[in-house]
Amino acid sequence: MSSDSSHNVSYLDYKGRWKGKITSWIFSTDHKKIGVLYLFSMLILFSIGVLFGFLMRLELIAPGKTIMEPQMYNSIFTLHGIIMIFMFIIPGLPAIFGNFFLPLLIGAKDVAFPRLNLLSWWLFMFGSLLAILSVFLPGGPVDTGWTFYVPYSVRSTTNVFPALIAAFILGFSSILTGLNFITTIHRMRVQGMTWFRMPLFVWSLYATSWIQILATPIIGITLLLVVMERAFNIGIFDPSLGGDPVLFQHLFWIYSHPAVYVMIIPAMGIISEIIPVFARRTIFGYKFIAFSSIAIALMGSLVWAHHMFTVGMSPTAMIIFSVLTFLVAIPSAIKVFNWVATLYKGSIQLDPPMLYALGFIFLFSIGGFTGLIQGALSVNIHIHDTSFIVAHFHYVMFGGTGFGIFAALHYWFPKMFAKSYNMKTAKFSFWTLFFGFNVLYFPMFVMGWLGMPRRYYDYLPEYHIYHFISTIGSWIVVIALVAMFANFIVALRKKEKFTEENPWGGETLEWKTSTPPPLENFDIEPVVDSHPYEYKMNEPDQDLLKEEGTK
Amino acid sequence: MSQVNEQTIGHVHRDDEATRIGMWLFLFTELLLFGGLFIAYAVYRYLHPHEFMMAGKELNSFLGALNTVILLTSSLTMALSIAAIQRNKKNLSIFLQVLTLILALGFLINKSFEWSIKFSHGIYPGSETLLAKGSGEILFYGLYYTMTGLHAIHVVIGMIIIGVMTLFTIKGTINSGNNVRLESAGLYWHLVDLIWIFLFPLFYLIL
Ligand SMILES: [Cu+2]
Repeated sequence: MSSDSSHNVSYLDYKGRWKGKITSWIFSTDHKKIGVLYLFSMLILFSIGVLFGFLMRLELIAPGKTIMEPQMYNSIFTLHGIIMIFMFIIPGLPAIFGNFFLPLLIGAKDVAFPRLNLLSWWLFMFGSLLAILSVFLPGGPVDTGWTFYVPYSVRSTTNVFPALIAAFILGFSSILTGLNFITTIHRMRVQGMTWFRMPLFVWSLYATSWIQILATPIIGITLLLVVMERAFNIGIFDPSLGGDPVLFQHLFWIYSHPAVYVMIIPAMGIISEIIPVFARRTIFGYKFIAFSSIAIALMGSLVWAHHMFTVGMSPTAMIIFSVLTFLVAIPSAIKVFNWVATLYKGSIQLDPPMLYALGFIFLFSIGGFTGLIQGALSVNIHIHDTSFIVAHFHYVMFGGTGFGIFAALHYWFPKMFAKSYNMKTAKFSFWTLFFGFNVLYFPMFVMGWLGMPRRYYDYLPEYHIYHFISTIGSWIVVIALVAMFANFIVALRKKEKFTEENPWGGETLEWKTSTPPPLENFDIEPVVDSHPYEYKMNEPDQDLLKEEGTK
Repeated sequence: MSQVNEQTIGHVHRDDEATRIGMWLFLFTELLLFGGLFIAYAVYRYLHPHEFMMAGKELNSFLGALNTVILLTSSLTMALSIAAIQRNKKNLSIFLQVLTLILALGFLINKSFEWSIKFSHGIYPGSETLLAKGSGEILFYGLYYTMTGLHAIHVVIGMIIIGVMTLFTIKGTINSGNNVRLESAGLYWHLVDLIWIFLFPLFYLIL
């Protein structure tokens, strides 16, 4: 074989020194293969999370006991939260699409530390399996809620211990990914790829990685302290020994509020990639979008106590945290306005990735506005711990990040696997999901406003109708997800290869290499000499328009 | 196909600057990990100033000071071992790394002395003697054991890393031209030292 064609070997076919089909994947340090590993492991975990959510909704379809005991219900909502948050929404976009596309987008051959990258995946799998295993260990599945609030998480006799260790390990994995990405972005950009020529998804990964590095250690130590508390009675969070449970809440939210932005910022990055491609226009306000990611990352780390307005803090602190919460909405709004401005007068093509991107903007806006409602001190007292909150964060997390992940999947799937999926099925599953999503979560706003507490196993008859509608919505969502995944599975099993380099007409670097990408990403190292979203060619010619006007 | 393998394996990407950035970022996360504990310490010291003072007086500040000296010396030998390898003095570097390991071991032995003395007096988390005291002292010792314990774990991890580096140096994969790994291990070791420099006054000196 000549040395020329050796470069052209697809990353999917390259086995390295591993002979087996499986070993060539799980021991590969290729960032693309690691991204795919994350994709499949996370979609399995996501499906388990959906199953738990589905069962939870089924239990709530009517007052009283329907299919499970209260203890089981407590465990199920806890596991739903732990899986969805720690194993899907937080690590999802960086681990799957960040891994696969960050080096491609900046013209690099791989990330800065490929072996560390593989270690992150192994840690992720180890943590996830530990959490799943804890369900089956004697003692019963953990029932504290994903927030592990003390003192209950110290007293509960269920398997809190393995769940805490699992969350700690997952955090470690996410720190290593963040560290890897920051170093990659600093050191591995190809010639000509200046900071302001980086695609916006890269900017969003950069901001996200910093949050991961700055905030995750805090939750790490907090969870370790709960472990210590359970094992040795050190007293730090145990009120009977003089400890302060509110301190736990502070430490917990110092991480977990910024984690919200770890979830949403990369999704915003994806949307910023997709919108210009399918509107055939240069992104409006590139620098504003880039810097608003950084602004969100900075300001978002100063608002954590808005989760604690009812624990009895000083009024001064509450006012400060409330004001800061309002302020952090500004950079998010800047992004939304810029996307809308990009769409304005664009020639919009409603392919599946674009549909998900528009779905994101719509649902995220609802989630964002209801977030402002909660940020107001007096209203917060009324709706604290009600299903209004549940509706809000599902609009942001599922309607925002979840739709962002699906948008990315539809956008990059052909590039990743060299297979094309069925457009009609994809559009069908989008509209079904969009409809089902609103049927599922919107009633929660209403009943939460009317006083339905979250996490309750039973409820008064006047809430029945809302719970009933919401459960119907959960069925529609499941149908849509099954249709979407079936579409991808059918596509993957197709014999025929899809080798078009640039099916959507994107201008970023991942579209300038073959499909699927070769082992080292580019046959000829690209040189960058312009901004990432130059669509001037496709914009109507101004002179021509003037001429037509004079006619 | 073998040619493909050779080509890709032959292309080993090495970027010392990237390794340094990565290491500094990692050290940053380690500082923040302890940062959570320092916050807890600050909160409870503020709430129970008197009891923290009482409990702190019962710690053996001589043993604490001795450990500080040991750890600072080990940081010096570690830094010198890097300087030695950069000047191509392989054996001196190995000697200094082993010396660092011996000092680290000394630190741990001293620490275990200190802990066992406290244990023999019945002062450990959850013990009857300790639970009979005020909540300020319970919290002080809870923090003392957690923070010095976590620090000791870091000392052990540091020793493992330095041990591996010593083997690399003996094998020659760490040499005067390629020593960024030893440098990173050194940075980690200085961090372990640095955290102790904060723990020592907080538990033994501020009375
Ligand atoms: Cu928050």
